Amino acid sequence: MSGFRLPEGGLVDREAALRFRFDGRDYTGFAGDTLASALLANGVTLFGRSFKYHRPRGVVTAGPEEPCALVELRRGARREPNTPATTVELFDGLVAESQNRWPSLRFDALSVAGLFAPLLAAGFYYKTFKWPAAWWEKVYEPLVRRAAGLGRVAEGPDPDRYEHIHAHCDLLVVGAGPAGLTAARMATMAGARVILAEQDALAGGGALLDRGAQGWAQAMAAALPHGVLRPRMTVVGAYGHGVFAAVERVADHLAEPGMAPRQRLHIIRARRAILATGAVERLIAFPGNDRPGVMLAGAALAYARRFGVAVAPQVAVFTTDDAGHHAALALAEAGLQVSAILDPRSESAGAEAARAAGLPVRMGWEVVATDGAQGLHGLRARRRGAAASDYVQAGALLVCGGFAPEMALAHQAGLETRWDEARQAFIPGAAREGVAAAGAARGLHGLVEAAADGARAAREALAVLGLPAGEEPPPPGPPQEVSATFPLHEVRARGPAFVDLQHDVTADDLRLAVREGYGHAEHAKRYTTHGMATDQGRVGGTAGAAVLAAARGITIPEVGIPRPRPFVRPAAWGALAGADVGLHFKPERLLPLHDWHQAHGAVFVRVGPWLRPLVYSPSGDTSWEPVLEEARNVRRAVGLCDVSSLGKIDVQGPDAATFLDRIYANTFSTLPVGRARYGLMLREDGILFDDGTTSRLAENHFLVTTTTQKADEVLAHMEWHLQTAWPELDVTLTDVADHWAQFAVAGPDAREVLRGIVDRSLSNGAFPFMAAGEAVIAGIPGRIFRISFSGELAYEVAVPAQHALAAWQAILAAGAPHGIRPYGLDALNVLRIEKGHVTGGEINGQTTPGDLGLGKMLKRRGDFVGRVLGQRPGLLAADRLQLVGIRPLDPAQRLRGGAHLRDVQGQGPSQGYVTAACMAAEGEGWIGLALLAGGHARHGETLLADSPVHGEAVPVVIGSPHRVDPENRRVRA
Amino acid sequence: MLRIHCPFCGLRDEVEFRYRGDATARRPAAEANEEAFFAYVYARDNPRGWHLEWWLHTHGCRQVLKVKRHTLTHEIAWVGLPADAPPEDAP
Repeated sequence: MSGFRLPEGGLVDREAALRFRFDGRDYTGFAGDTLASALLANGVTLFGRSFKYHRPRGVVTAGPEEPCALVELRRGARREPNTPATTVELFDGLVAESQNRWPSLRFDALSVAGLFAPLLAAGFYYKTFKWPAAWWEKVYEPLVRRAAGLGRVAEGPDPDRYEHIHAHCDLLVVGAGPAGLTAARMATMAGARVILAEQDALAGGGALLDRGAQGWAQAMAAALPHGVLRPRMTVVGAYGHGVFAAVERVADHLAEPGMAPRQRLHIIRARRAILATGAVERLIAFPGNDRPGVMLAGAALAYARRFGVAVAPQVAVFTTDDAGHHAALALAEAGLQVSAILDPRSESAGAEAARAAGLPVRMGWEVVATDGAQGLHGLRARRRGAAASDYVQAGALLVCGGFAPEMALAHQAGLETRWDEARQAFIPGAAREGVAAAGAARGLHGLVEAAADGARAAREALAVLGLPAGEEPPPPGPPQEVSATFPLHEVRARGPAFVDLQHDVTADDLRLAVREGYGHAEHAKRYTTHGMATDQGRVGGTAGAAVLAAARGITIPEVGIPRPRPFVRPAAWGALAGADVGLHFKPERLLPLHDWHQAHGAVFVRVGPWLRPLVYSPSGDTSWEPVLEEARNVRRAVGLCDVSSLGKIDVQGPDAATFLDRIYANTFSTLPVGRARYGLMLREDGILFDDGTTSRLAENHFLVTTTTQKADEVLAHMEWHLQTAWPELDVTLTDVADHWAQFAVAGPDAREVLRGIVDRSLSNGAFPFMAAGEAVIAGIPGRIFRISFSGELAYEVAVPAQHALAAWQAILAAGAPHGIRPYGLDALNVLRIEKGHVTGGEINGQTTPGDLGLGKMLKRRGDFVGRVLGQRPGLLAADRLQLVGIRPLDPAQRLRGGAHLRDVQGQGPSQGYVTAACMAAEGEGWIGLALLAGGHARHGETLLADSPVHGEAVPVVIGSPHRVDPENRRVRA
Repeated sequence: MLRIHCPFCGLRDEVEFRYRGDATARRPAAEANEEAFFAYVYARDNPRGWHLEWWLHTHGCRQVLKVKRHTLTHEIAWVGLPADAPPEDAP
């Protein structure tokens, strides 16, 4: 009693046979088929197993709203789960597998889960499997994961390419049915730039199901200027301000994309938009409405008219709308036997027409049960109100519960919705912010009515765009009679009646949700998962609302429907990512000397957006040895470090000093020209934000340096305060981070190295510690600063970035006799930990200057950001986490960053944690910095550095963080 | 996605901007007390409806803009500079 290919009809190319494979069996279909139509033509009725109960499921629809016939398409890295077979265009060599069955689709061991259905009732996520708690991880979760779920995701990296396109248009038309084609045609004739997006491969929408109108749709599409119609493009979201996102499936209908991208994400900015997204036919909830062979009447019509496929030799129809009678007439004409038309209404024009054609119409009847196993054998129907039922034979039961406008986009665009009683549907209201609905998407029935409504919407849009609307294009055919939809959404009888076929939600589940207090549409959705599946509950949404309404004793519009969010259809991650993958995910910034570093064996590390040398190790040795060698060379002789990634902000203007006094917690107005000063920047809540040195190059000219990590944030922080809090200050901020390359020359020999290549005296008298100024370095005009992060005698030289290599090499050449070596970030870190300087590990968004022992730097007079709130008692408390130095009692033991400090027995709560740890360059063993509760007063104590993730606990001694040269003699040498 | 009409750069996408919070909260004068600063940093009305916000045009002119936006519908009624005030008759 299964389907077959009709001898004629359909838009498939019967000359082009395509081979494909489903669940390991080979089949043949035609070009123009979908996977669903080709399988139906081959007599396949069973497409998959359901989500919770593993019940057999067939195909329900002929479009993207399909809840049941989901397959895993393709293999390996291209495997795509949960793909509706109804949207897969057939290609030669296609391979698909059914989902959620084990060991096979026909025999599913887990279908006994159906026996445990009471356990999986609404809200089972929240109330079953709760006790004993220990069972959740070991028993329940693996069991539920095995039983419930859909397809398997692909393994391995996606081999395909994806693109993003930013598009602009006067008018976006979503959907190329009669309304959309008419609107697009009129708008292009008027000279508007139009994008007509159609999710299907063919334009026409409902016109494709009408033999007379199929030609009209082809002619209308052909008359559009090239490039206006975008087939295989689904608008997946409306984001306000005229912005829409659309996924174009460029190559999904091919075996492999070849040179083309697989999909393209269009980000469309439209001045006006017409949503001609059509309507979705609805299922009625009745017992057994999920059995394979139960499908929508319009789907059976589509398989016959578009694909030349009979869904079964003999069909029955259950309808609450004349559309079901029209479908029965068309199918009878195509040669199918109609065993019964069951309609709960007493009479209708459609019923009369069907009866006149000799079809067995039973008015006042409803379906109460279905019969069959992996396909349909028949059904039981009864006169409404009667107890007894009749058996009716049928290989397919075609259901029409009326139509629901497809209005997810309308919802997202903020259009009002209202309940239309005659159509038993929510329909969108008036246009808003340039977005209007048209045609079946606005609740209209019939091709001609839809086309006329498309013309109306086009005229309204063109009027706003200031373009002349010309003549309406010809209609798709003669007007058709339409009926009202009978308000029957559920037949109450014995057995599970499904309202969400994909998530296995029954009408009883919804009633249970109401009893348990989750009757609100949004609560019921989450409690039962009704409408939360990949199809967003399209075919059963209204039935669910009707069940809720009846259970709560209110009307359907009072219940409403949950708000549909993007995406309207599932969108591939690849399309959303576009080309922004791998290295393009977050662009890297390269230092001016990146190539030199690479050529000299640098191992790079990412700091913010920057790639910085971590260590120079041509041998690839990433142990501590090369790091310590670099650091010891700085302590012993001299080293060279590329610090070009530091943020640099040029601050100029008559009020520059005042501005810096307010933005920094310490004073800069007193800084003499030609001097640098270390500065602390706070957030307004008193927490330390960033640190760095600022130099006064002239009376009204400062150069601020920031940390690499915070460079962007500090600039934005400064700009925002300057423009909003103190607009009266005459100051100009310029980001000069990329303009200057900057190198630290550090070590006892630093002065000797630079003496020969810098044009100014570097003696202590002429250029003391914290001096700053202009200089010519190796013939290159630049700047020099006597600042030190390493704790050694050190200078930082800055040259314009394009001269970085010349300056770097000149310093290396001048330093060669002294044994100069470049050093990386690891060595820099060793040096600063020994010296007790802080970085991001300590300036971590939770510490104050006082916590880090820098409280004395705060100025006592004058306003600055963070001044007032930084004085709150909680931020001054003596038991706050404070910076200390630590070292293991046993120098052979290693310290771990992140280890928690506990009392030496390992008892009690954490008293703080290790923020930085390294091997010492000066002395032996490991050293570290830590934040410890009340740490400033605890030097000399012994605690335990406990790192459970490493299974290590090391006794440590607390001390001063300043281990190397605490008197600052070396930096002043 | 918001599209913000920058007075200097024209109609630009939201991704070019950095949101900087409530533009009705203004930094208190230097002599203000802790309560005033506390309110400035922490207290927010979080209105449902029209709201004034700071948007910094980071990938454009780097000007801080004052934007009158509807928090429910995302409509933007007015964009100005920090010193400007939205017209009285705006929604």
